[in-house]
Amino acid sequence: MKNRLKVLRAERDWSQSDLADHLQVSRQSVNAIETGKYDPSLPLAFRIADLFGLPIEDIFLREG
Amino acid sequence: MSTYKSPAIRRYTIRLAVLMSLYVILIFAAGWTFRHSAIAGLPAYVLAITPALPIIGVFWAVMRLLVEESDEYVRMLHVRQCLFATGFCLMVMTVWEFLQNYDLVPAGNGGFGAAFFWFVGLGLGAVYNRITLGTIGSCP
Repeated sequence: MKNRLKVLRAERDWSQSDLADHLQVSRQSVNAIETGKYDPSLPLAFRIADLFGLPIEDIFLREG
Repeated sequence: MSTYKSPAIRRYTIRLAVLMSLYVILIFAAGWTFRHSAIAGLPAYVLAITPALPIIGVFWAVMRLLVEESDEYVRMLHVRQCLFATGFCLMVMTVWEFLQNYDLVPAGNGGFGAAFFWFVGLGLGAVYNRITLGTIGSCP
């Protein structure tokens, strides 16, 4: 699944580690989600959405 | 560097250290007792099984790690490692069994049982994660 995590992170001048700290997950998790290697669970997706103050569908995009 | 430190990994590491220390003590104690005494019957069976208990404990520790790890991506890496280890172990033991069935290799396992190959499989599973996903996570 495509996502806008990298852009949203860059807008706040956060590194992957910064975002990982905010979400209380590992940096590998952020990297895997950002690069599309791993789709987060709904609870984690909601945490990401809450952190950026956006609806989930504004962060995670349908393929195609 | 992210400040995320998995409490589950810390607990797992402590459990592993305790269980492996126990295993070393018990394997030497059992070997010494069998060599230096005429133990037989039920006590012999109990003593022979004793070193297996910490090994079983390590299986428990790995399964607890899967339950306790709160980072879902790292947990998925651990699960992949365990599945890889299980497949690898079953493959090796099945091939070995057939080689023994046709007397192409000697009977017995020379001390290398299923647990040994499962643990080797965990290591190879980490390599598999590294190749396919680019990370080994926090290696159990």
